[in-house]
Amino acid sequence: MALLEIENVTRRFGDFTAVDNVSLAIEAGEFFTLLGPSGCGKTTLLRMIAGFLVPDAGRIVLNGEDLAERPPEVRPVRTVFQSYALFPHMTVEGNVAFPLQMAKTPAAELPGKIATALEDVRLQGFGKRYPHELSGGQKQRVAIARALVTHPTVLLLDEPLAALDAKLREEMQLELINMQKEVGITFVYVTHDQTEALALSHRIAVMNNGRVEQQGEPSKIYGFPTTRFVADFIGHCNLLSGPVSANGGGIVTVDVTGLGPVRVAAETALPTGRPATVALRPEKIRIEAAAPADTPDNHYRGTVSDLLYMGDVTVYKIDTPGGQKIEALLANSASGRTQFFEVGDAVEMSWPVAAGHFIPE
Amino acid sequence: MSTASAPSPQPSRRTAGRGSETRSGEQVRGRSLLARWGKWLVSGPPLLYLLVFFAAPTLIMVLASFRTPGEFGGLAPLIEEGKLDLNIDSYARFFTESIYAEIFLKSVWYALLTTLCCLTLAYPLAVLIARAGKRYRNVLLLLVILPFWSNFLIRIYAWMIILGPQAALARGVNGILTALGHEPVPLLFSSFAVLVCLVYVHLPFMVLPLYANLEKHDQALLDAAQDLGANRWQRFWRITFPLSLPGVYAGAALVFIPALGIFAIPDILGGPDDSLIGNVIKQQFLETRDWPFGSVLSIVLTVAALVLAGSAAWMGRRNLGTPSSSGASRA
Repeated sequence: MALLEIENVTRRFGDFTAVDNVSLAIEAGEFFTLLGPSGCGKTTLLRMIAGFLVPDAGRIVLNGEDLAERPPEVRPVRTVFQSYALFPHMTVEGNVAFPLQMAKTPAAELPGKIATALEDVRLQGFGKRYPHELSGGQKQRVAIARALVTHPTVLLLDEPLAALDAKLREEMQLELINMQKEVGITFVYVTHDQTEALALSHRIAVMNNGRVEQQGEPSKIYGFPTTRFVADFIGHCNLLSGPVSANGGGIVTVDVTGLGPVRVAAETALPTGRPATVALRPEKIRIEAAAPADTPDNHYRGTVSDLLYMGDVTVYKIDTPGGQKIEALLANSASGRTQFFEVGDAVEMSWPVAAGHFIPE
Repeated sequence: MSTASAPSPQPSRRTAGRGSETRSGEQVRGRSLLARWGKWLVSGPPLLYLLVFFAAPTLIMVLASFRTPGEFGGLAPLIEEGKLDLNIDSYARFFTESIYAEIFLKSVWYALLTTLCCLTLAYPLAVLIARAGKRYRNVLLLLVILPFWSNFLIRIYAWMIILGPQAALARGVNGILTALGHEPVPLLFSSFAVLVCLVYVHLPFMVLPLYANLEKHDQALLDAAQDLGANRWQRFWRITFPLSLPGVYAGAALVFIPALGIFAIPDILGGPDDSLIGNVIKQQFLETRDWPFGSVLSIVLTVAALVLAGSAAWMGRRNLGTPSSSGASRA
């Protein structure tokens, strides 16, 4: 049985259903992420696990025990808040000591436990400072030290890196991964940032409109999105729709409007004439100036209509003569030049059958 | 000044080289002139007001405290028979006649009691208002300051009626007392009446700063405390109360200082033994007409209030642990 089981949980605010019949099973020691746009219900779900909100329906079971009767202060669950919520009138030590004091830890044990907790987040020597004397990253670490010092069963993190700048965020991501590995505590992480979710998590649940759209490992979520929403929300994705025109040899052909027949590897045959959608990541598309030397599975022509130079990669928006828009991504290291194509250049696009996959509809 | 500061770039005067340099130099000088005089222009009138109506009278009072009372009240001439008549007789009187120190201490005690009663009554009220829905908050605040709309003296006289011997309150209380075999007590013209009215009059001055402080509290801090294992009681004493201390000190100062010098309430509602320092000062100026001694009492009162308020502010900062304003603003 999983450590934390969320069973058919629903929560409404007036007419609005924030969390709609969600079921999740989170294993011990897992780094689990709830990912979704704002208003998708991820924070509501987190607050229900913390105990600040009560589910209208369903159960939240931790270690086999239904948490319904337990208010937040007696749940073995700790939260790292987005605003850090450090107590401004207490020093770093005072903040970290707070949960220990609430747990009636003998005073003699406090200094040792505080020192260890501050060491774990690399904040030795900051004990006497006040929160307003710390940088954003340091505040973040204090919040984590304070939440972990009593060794909770589950740590909930509510967009903890949202307020940090990009460079620091990346550093903190690595630290969070290492910290979670070291302490072995189950992390439930909430974010709207898909790259953060992909980088940090063992498993991700993508939420939208209060429901879980898809859950699984980051590579599964990114590589094989099962819904249009997931394909679109996680990274960029070309969604090519049209009726199935042929089946054979493990390859399904879809007649995509404005592009032509697209051949995709599929385990099961699809009935001919049925509409289908193919998800194709921009980086899986090869673009060249001249026709490819080999004979690729899928091959089309187009014109560059727009480009975004991103430093490491360039994103090309390509229009086909039929009016279909395709997004392709080219690593600048591969091109050997800072920029390979200009707006208006004619290009040849190609990709193998294994590049795309069907989104069940 | 306004012409120098207003940037009116006229193309015709914009010439190349030195011309434009001089012009920009003028502009800089114009701006610094405004910067230098602007703040005086703004703070001048209130400063003048304070000088004329606060600093000067205080100085006159200090001077009066060293002079001799006139034969028929007021002050004796400053220069008599070619000699400057300044002495410390009135100060000596304050420190030798213990009755004044006693009244002074009694006043401090009444003011302290008033402050404590106001704090205990105002805190729950301020919490209630601060946590009420946004719609109700303004209505509740309005109710708190509603008494200010009627005259101070009229409100004190109203208490005469409420506490009067024929009023329901006195009858009820004395009915219970006689039933229990006690002597009936007068409510009016007693220390009780003075204290009740002192608390009533000063309560809004405690509620408002407390509310202003509590309303800014971050709910996330209470959530965090609860998440970290604190129950309702612990959340209040470890988080809400310490963070509200700046409001507590502000309210305490706003109640304590005026309560210390009040004379109208003991005059109207107090008994013969309820004279406070404010009454004595008033008496010295209006009835006994010993202005130098009245000045001495006023100065002692002012100094005491300053010392107490100063130490409260100092304690407030120390308790908060943060000398900067950020602690208060975060709170």
